[in-house]
Amino acid sequence: METLIEFFSFKYPNIKYVVFGTILLSISSAVVGCFTFIKKKSLVGDVISHAVLPGICISFMVSGSKDPFLLIIGAFISGWISILVMDAIIRNTKIKEDAATGLSLSVFFGIGILLMTYIQHSGNAAQSGLDTFLFGKAAALVGKDLMAFSIIAVIVLLTVFFFYKEFKLISFDQQFAKVIGLPIRRLEMVLTSITVLAVVTGIQAVGVVLMAAMLITPAAAARFWTDRLSRMILMASIFGAFSGISGAFISYSAPSMPTGPWMVMVLSIIALISFFFAPRKGIVIRQWRRFSIQRQLLEENLLKAFYRIGENSGEHFNRVAVDDIQLIRNFSPAQLAKGLRKLRVNGYVQRANGSWYLTNEGFEKGKRITRLHRLWELYLTKYLRIAPDHVHEDADTIEHVITPELEARLVKLLEYPTEDPHLSEIPK
Amino acid sequence: MIQQVENPALEIHDLTVSYDKKPVLWGIDLSIPRGALCGIIGPNGAGKSTLIKAIMNLVDMNSGYVKLFDQTLDEVRKKVSYVPQRESVDWDFPASVLDVVLMGRYANLGLFKNPRRADKDAALKALEMVGMEKYSKRQISQLSGGQQQRVFLARALTQNADIYFLDEPFSGVDAATEKAIFQILKNLSKDGKTIIVVHHDLQSVEPYFEWVILLNLRLVASGPTKQVFTPALLEETYGGKLTLLTEVGELVKKGEFEAREKQ
Repeated sequence: METLIEFFSFKYPNIKYVVFGTILLSISSAVVGCFTFIKKKSLVGDVISHAVLPGICISFMVSGSKDPFLLIIGAFISGWISILVMDAIIRNTKIKEDAATGLSLSVFFGIGILLMTYIQHSGNAAQSGLDTFLFGKAAALVGKDLMAFSIIAVIVLLTVFFFYKEFKLISFDQQFAKVIGLPIRRLEMVLTSITVLAVVTGIQAVGVVLMAAMLITPAAAARFWTDRLSRMILMASIFGAFSGISGAFISYSAPSMPTGPWMVMVLSIIALISFFFAPRKGIVIRQWRRFSIQRQLLEENLLKAFYRIGENSGEHFNRVAVDDIQLIRNFSPAQLAKGLRKLRVNGYVQRANGSWYLTNEGFEKGKRITRLHRLWELYLTKYLRIAPDHVHEDADTIEHVITPELEARLVKLLEYPTEDPHLSEIPK
Repeated sequence: MIQQVENPALEIHDLTVSYDKKPVLWGIDLSIPRGALCGIIGPNGAGKSTLIKAIMNLVDMNSGYVKLFDQTLDEVRKKVSYVPQRESVDWDFPASVLDVVLMGRYANLGLFKNPRRADKDAALKALEMVGMEKYSKRQISQLSGGQQQRVFLARALTQNADIYFLDEPFSGVDAATEKAIFQILKNLSKDGKTIIVVHHDLQSVEPYFEWVILLNLRLVASGPTKQVFTPALLEETYGGKLTLLTEVGELVKKGEFEAREKQ
């Protein structure tokens, strides 16, 4: 707790730099990442992040300094060239997009490593620390880096703000955008430029390898929670910012912990949580829905069995033994016990001396399911010309699906029938 | 039978288009009268969609030019509306129905401006015309094929264009949607708008269209439906007499010739 207060009081300017720096760069990469994600160009971020390395090295070799602005210019240029090379390969050769992506990524990264090794062995004293680009150095952000980050983050965010509607249209329907006269090529150039910028700043914190995660993970997680692009961008930036703060805090409270990888870890946890628990799209909720449908089917099938027994004996509220139910339909003993328990809890059946009987509500419900079953059988034979001995299984499913509105339409369409194809009565 | 008209809405002159060096349209030369409801008919792979894409400047032409109302596309862009094939976009995109329909208004808005209330009104009115007003907030991935097509048509309607190009608007839609869409197109045409539709169902050509373009890699016919939609011309369009043209196309591709020599 004390650490937490100490951390957020920003007593040391260094913490302030690290926190603001990581937040800014996480937000800008999350926002840009939303567009690469919906454009299905997720690997582009990976290409750019690997391809900036030669630019950084050349920039250092030419200028001899580690000034962040100079390095960023070099990184920006080589990041851009890698995209141009990739596009040129796709357009002019038979090589497809995936291979072109891999080619561009590895060739540029190879050149980068080559140059970096050369610099490291050149005896230039100023080179120490240049290799932090490989793995990031978020905890060592200094005032001048923060300046560079802030400027770039503002450029990136303002660009998305002003071109939001155009970026959205070219991501959704490029042909239509072109026909209504949007300057597609220029817009794509702007979008690629801010992607490169976001990547260039991001790799200073998390390094080349983890950069793709910073771009794509917030967008992928946010997509689980919303179906609107604007909200998706907002949520992705919140996820990004949160990961930035957490990463900085974790490495502050446990100094041996690196900031960048922890940011990615936090993002991955957010993504996992979204994957499992997001409303509507999360795995848990979908599993739960499947489970409750199973339960509904079991209960309704049981009530239907009760109704059939009553029909056969002519008395619907008599006591029914478990074996009688098994004769109508083969439930597994475990399921039978579970279903009967649920039905009793919900007030559809009662229990007395080891046998069971329907309550009034249970009778009505069993009757309705039986009615729907027979109505559907009749519909299938009459309108779909399916043989009467082939309709039972289909009706077993559909009886659980039909709504009261559909039921009314079905009854009217079949002209208020009284008998199903097997001459059983359709109960009213 | 290629009938040229005076003062056309659409004029195509000597148009040749290739994909990946292989010519797919050869020397198309036609004109369409203003206010016509016109169908482009031909077998699969005849280049129907390509023709529309060439008119919309979405594919490069090897030769020829296209004029709309006697002007280039760039000069009349605001009067032109295009409905791409439904399958050409990803319907999982995070957007609502209204979002997509509003995209039709982006051209008039210009850069940096967000849709105004009037644009929303126009979008809702277009949705009402296609019978989708109840779905404006629906996520587009939840729509059926017919509903997606209606949304695309609504987006085009918000543009208030003078000429509409629709690429297979009736493919994969239910009968009710087909009827509704056709009625809208008919009304537009009554208002003097020119409608050009890529169509593949021969059964409905006669009731739907007053002008027909028969296409199979080259223009077979263009003219009023009664004169063009004849067994002889259909046989020429759909019959297998074009193997020669296809083979030459393959040769051009293999040799990496340009379809037209550069002057």
